[in-house]
Amino acid sequence: MAVVRRRSSLPQAPAYQRADVEALSQQLNEPAWMLELRLEAWEHYQNLPMPYMEEEWRRTDYRHIQWDDAETIAQPNGAATNVVPAKNLEPLTGDEQGGLLVFVDGQVVRHELADELDRQGVVFTDLRTALHERESIVKTHFMTTAVKATDGKFAALHGALWNYGTFIYIPRNTIARLPMHVVCYTSTPGAALGHVLVVVEDGAQATVQVEYASKDSDKQSSYIGATELIVGDGGNLRYVSLQDWNRETFEFSHQRGIVGRDAQLDWVNGVMGSRLTKAFIEVDTVGAGANARVSGFFFADKGQFFDLDTQQNHNAPLTNTDLLFKGAARDNARTLWQGMIKSLPKMQQIDGYQVCRNLMLNDEARMDSIPGLEIEADDVACSHAATFGTLEEEPIYYLMSRGISRPQAQLMIIEGFFDELLQRVPFDRVRQRLMDEIELKIIG
Amino acid sequence: MVATLEIRNLHAGVEGDADNILSGVNLTVRQGEIHALMGPNGSGKSTLANVLMGNPIYEVRDGQVLLDGDDVLEMEPDERSRAGLFLAFQYPVAIPGVTLANFLRHAINARLKSEDPDSKGIPIPQFARMMRQKMSQLKIDHAFAGRYLNEGFSGGEKKRAEVLQMAVLEPRIAVLDETDSGLDIDALRIVAEGVNALTGPDMGALVITHYQRILNHVRPDFVHVMFEGQIVESGGPALALELEEKGYEWVRDKHKSLQVAQV
Repeated sequence: MAVVRRRSSLPQAPAYQRADVEALSQQLNEPAWMLELRLEAWEHYQNLPMPYMEEEWRRTDYRHIQWDDAETIAQPNGAATNVVPAKNLEPLTGDEQGGLLVFVDGQVVRHELADELDRQGVVFTDLRTALHERESIVKTHFMTTAVKATDGKFAALHGALWNYGTFIYIPRNTIARLPMHVVCYTSTPGAALGHVLVVVEDGAQATVQVEYASKDSDKQSSYIGATELIVGDGGNLRYVSLQDWNRETFEFSHQRGIVGRDAQLDWVNGVMGSRLTKAFIEVDTVGAGANARVSGFFFADKGQFFDLDTQQNHNAPLTNTDLLFKGAARDNARTLWQGMIKSLPKMQQIDGYQVCRNLMLNDEARMDSIPGLEIEADDVACSHAATFGTLEEEPIYYLMSRGISRPQAQLMIIEGFFDELLQRVPFDRVRQRLMDEIELKIIG
Repeated sequence: MVATLEIRNLHAGVEGDADNILSGVNLTVRQGEIHALMGPNGSGKSTLANVLMGNPIYEVRDGQVLLDGDDVLEMEPDERSRAGLFLAFQYPVAIPGVTLANFLRHAINARLKSEDPDSKGIPIPQFARMMRQKMSQLKIDHAFAGRYLNEGFSGGEKKRAEVLQMAVLEPRIAVLDETDSGLDIDALRIVAEGVNALTGPDMGALVITHYQRILNHVRPDFVHVMFEGQIVESGGPALALELEEKGYEWVRDKHKSLQVAQV
């Protein structure tokens, strides 16, 4: 009989209480409906076990999280913009900026919005403020259609205890020409439960980049986040997310885009940091003609573990989703991509594509890819693929034969591998910076 | 000083396989000379080219290769390149995500940095000018520079890209490994013109070919025939014509003893 190895212990839960939820809501002076939403999320949280052996979780062991350190919600300690690394604050383009919103430990330390966007009625602010100033829009969209408290244990925890967030709203038929830039920085260890809510109304357009980073620490942190991208009919959103948490951070996040009729979502997701990341990245096409492109790049090293769980939900006929993830791993790092294309019954003429390409830089690294399809229609074009490669000697030799040193040749090949993905980042400067960060990972 | 590549009694095979593919090659190529290396398939021509450049799949078991007296076999492929050796690959490798221009700029900068560690590399405008000039010289569409290296290139484009790299890197001794193979007659002429434009007092070339036809365009000073891992015949341009006319059978017949001797 085969020996079945069982994990010796169940994952520990953080020691939050219902009273923490009430206290937080009161501290933030929130409207009553938000407290209700939080408490309802708390109920879900209470009713769910810590995820463990479910299909989406069984390859992700996070039992080494020390909640004693990682559960304390990080409080602002007077740290200002100057603690944020210059690279995160660098303007996205050499031209005009649409806006800059910088959080340090959940507190807004910088908030700028270009006059042009302000005049257009674009809202670019923190969620706490928006709860008061734009209450009805927030109430309509906040955790109602994209990420819901019922999506999972950590989505529920987020709903109950989210402590800061970004709110971006582009009114109907408004073309927000200038890119908006958000930086979420954590300067002390502990928990951060950040939220991003972007609402692009019908016929509107916007470009947004959100960056996550934190100060190095030997103490653990957690990020229990949610990202909601809602693109109305005929709308267009280009969204870039770059995660570079310190190496003691555990990220558990739910991210979902909702794409309306004839709307377009172009979403680039970069994962470089953290000790462990478990991210659910989903896109729902909900109107005919909706088009979503989801791109991901990740690079894991030195004991990092990334589990990126993507889902493309075709909830309307005549919709198109295109997902490309590319990742590299070195040292003893581990990465996992689990992808799924789903359709509701009879969603004809949908086109769903998903591929994950993996580059393993040494033997100790482990990369897994598990693509999947659940299609309940017959007139569809859906395909998926996963590829695995290593750094081969032949191209290295070819580059070296032109005078390029071995390390430089390896670097060029790895950067070349990521190039296709980086070309999808709409900002030259950010592309260059990401190349530099990839280079650091390779050399470091 | 005229650069000299000396190959002495070179024995080599594939790593992990005891059989020698090269079994005692002797050849000297000087800057300014064009040597043609001919021979039937499997005689060891491409192996020689790759051993000269340092392809890690081959293992040198005996003999020497000297460039101006320096031991080439001790050098890594990049050091060989910077010392002035060049190999035009028979099967150029595709490098996705790396443009031809970016690649060549790195190659030039690697040279500049090995000469002067403080070098900032070639200024981009100067590099762009040089690329445009070389591409025009080789009748290559300038858009080529922005394409990913060899990715989706046709056979002819790959060979032209090899010649372009040779033009940009200006080696002292170049080995062209069947650069004519797979080319139609027009592409062959363009490649041959490129080789002719580059050879001259500053460059010596070892042109490896199975067929004589490239030698109608590129005039060799010396012709060598390889058989069973050795150079068995050497002569002037007339030797190439003789091979064209008679094929390789007579070489086989004449040197059969080699095979016997090896057993």
